[in-house]
Amino acid sequence: MSVTAPSTVEQSAPTQRGAMRAPRRMAWRSRGADGPNREPGQRSLLVRAVVVVIVVVWSLPTVGLLISSFRPPGAIATSGWWTVFAHPFEITQWTLDNYIAVLGDRGMFDAFVNSVVIAIPATVIPISLAAFAAYAFAWIDFPGRKPLFALVVGLLVVPLQMTLVPLLELYVRWDLTGTYLGTWLAHTGFGLPMAVFLLYNYIADLPKEILESAYVDGASHFAAFTRLVLPLAAPVLAAFAIFQFLWVWNDFLVAFVFLGTSSDVAVLTAQLQQLVGTRGESWHLLTAGAFVSMVVPLVVFLAMQRHFVRGLLTGGVKG
Amino acid sequence: MPVETRAESTQRTTPRPGRSVAAIGVLLAIVAVLWWSVGFLADPAAFDRVVAGLLRFVGADGSAAAIEQRGLTPVSRKLGSAAVALVVGVGGVWALFVAANRAIDATFGLRTREKIRPWLFVGPGIGLIFLYLLLPMLGTIYRSFTDNDGGFTLSHYQFALTDPSMLLAFRNNVLWLVFGTTGSVLIGVGFAALVDRVKREALAKSFIFLPLSISFVGASVIWRFVYAWQPEGQPQTGLINAIITGFGFEPVPILSLSPLNTFALIVVMIWLQTGFAMVIFSAAIKSVPSEVIEAARLDGAGEFVVFLRIILPMIRGTILTVATAIFIAILKVFDIVWVMGRGGNFDTEVVATRMFKEMFQFQNFGRASALAVLLLLVVIPVMVVNIRNMNRQGVGA
Repeated sequence: MSVTAPSTVEQSAPTQRGAMRAPRRMAWRSRGADGPNREPGQRSLLVRAVVVVIVVVWSLPTVGLLISSFRPPGAIATSGWWTVFAHPFEITQWTLDNYIAVLGDRGMFDAFVNSVVIAIPATVIPISLAAFAAYAFAWIDFPGRKPLFALVVGLLVVPLQMTLVPLLELYVRWDLTGTYLGTWLAHTGFGLPMAVFLLYNYIADLPKEILESAYVDGASHFAAFTRLVLPLAAPVLAAFAIFQFLWVWNDFLVAFVFLGTSSDVAVLTAQLQQLVGTRGESWHLLTAGAFVSMVVPLVVFLAMQRHFVRGLLTGGVKG
Repeated sequence: MPVETRAESTQRTTPRPGRSVAAIGVLLAIVAVLWWSVGFLADPAAFDRVVAGLLRFVGADGSAAAIEQRGLTPVSRKLGSAAVALVVGVGGVWALFVAANRAIDATFGLRTREKIRPWLFVGPGIGLIFLYLLLPMLGTIYRSFTDNDGGFTLSHYQFALTDPSMLLAFRNNVLWLVFGTTGSVLIGVGFAALVDRVKREALAKSFIFLPLSISFVGASVIWRFVYAWQPEGQPQTGLINAIITGFGFEPVPILSLSPLNTFALIVVMIWLQTGFAMVIFSAAIKSVPSEVIEAARLDGAGEFVVFLRIILPMIRGTILTVATAIFIAILKVFDIVWVMGRGGNFDTEVVATRMFKEMFQFQNFGRASALAVLLLLVVIPVMVVNIRNMNRQGVGA
């Protein structure tokens, strides 16, 4: 079933590719508000109004959630969240009880810790394995290199759903369901093709001279990899790390299938889904629970927006 | 350590057996520790015993006895085993690589070790890809053609392609693909073009982009709240129904009316995916050379004509890439329907949720496998176009 992608398998000319990519990245940063595309006058006012309207429409759902999560249950059930704007500084209408309730009784604290324990190794393991593999595919000549790489790229097309039934049977037989290890490895296996593909594209483009002079100096492949390639590939490693982390943190399907919903191990998404099932109309719990599950991705996103965008532009897209 | 590695690699003498045994011993020890820690992590009380043992070792017998009797508090037990799990998960993979590399250096001669080393590098990755993607994929294809007695059958596909409930799921999937993809792409490209002309462009983009970091489950909760419905006469706490009743109409139970509910779920997907489309289109629009745009303007072309005739054709390849990526994400949509449609009730079923039900609720693995194969058959051509496109244009262009 391998789909061959011939042009990536061949060693591409590094300088040419690099040159093609560079201006695009610079373009993202330059030509901002004062760019030549700006136009003066009333038209510009209309454009600005439309932009503001879209921004407001896009933000309202999240704002509503956030505001509601700080309102007492009785108020949420009897009036819309927008009514707080009538008297925003009346302190009695705000409360932290919803958060105390979901973090304690509703298990969101345990789920939060579980999400951390799943997401960090499920990010580090695939990136490490993919970086080693990408280096070998790019810089070591060994028999079977090209067909193996083509196979990895070909497996990019496989939807997760294709693997669930046999893997679940295997997990039950090996007693891996509900374990951290099983879930780390599942996320690793599913994330690897994209990781190898992206890291290969970057690592194969590194300047040949640098690596060759290292080999001449007697560096082994292991030393060249850890001391030269990893530092040089830091930008793409960071970009992919952010993606994989957010993907794992936000994943529901893999965690639900392989980890399950028992409170020892359930991650935030699974716990939140349980909450929707059991307390579907308790909006004070749901809004606070949803925000607890969102806070880490939001912080990661706001802190690393630049890397995030760069990752998107270099194709860090996972279907 | 790295300096040593370099020195080792330059030595041309035959490896000494003593060092080889030591290096292999270290490797085996690491494997043993990791093996033990897997069992350790599976046992919630194990962390208590280790802490108690450590306390005894330092002479705090009283505290140790207390822990052995009552156990740690749930919070400290949770945080403690989490810390152990993080060290094992993150450190384990690197410890294995470093130790295996040293064992190879210490055991084999120069020629042999350079033949083995690539397999140390690609082996673990390739092994996991085989175990988690290739073999299960073949297993799923096999199961999709196998009946309960192990014989060959096409009945799973016959069911999947003819059963009325499946036809409904396919119809919904088509609605998702058509409206979800075009919605995200159109709004994304439109907003990217507009935002190119305003001050505080980056800020405006952040707002559209932000939902991309929210999980499908989280987004489902957010939008269930937006769509919330109360019977007529009661105060509407959902934004949409508050607006509807504000204009004097009756409130609409959006999530239980088919096919309105499917469109309501598609809106959530558009809300999530538009930011992705917008960011990539925005970069593409900025890479259109300004001389071309200026030249068109000098020729008297209006802004809209410039966008339609100059910018759109020049970013056609990007539009194709983005559309295929969103198409594939939407094809596999599961979480939103599972959480908001309560597992595909009220006729919101799609192929992925039905597959999940066949697997977990009905234990019909053959049918579930056939549905997965159908998803794959749709993904392959789209993905081939996408990979070709990425290779031709440079990734993400």
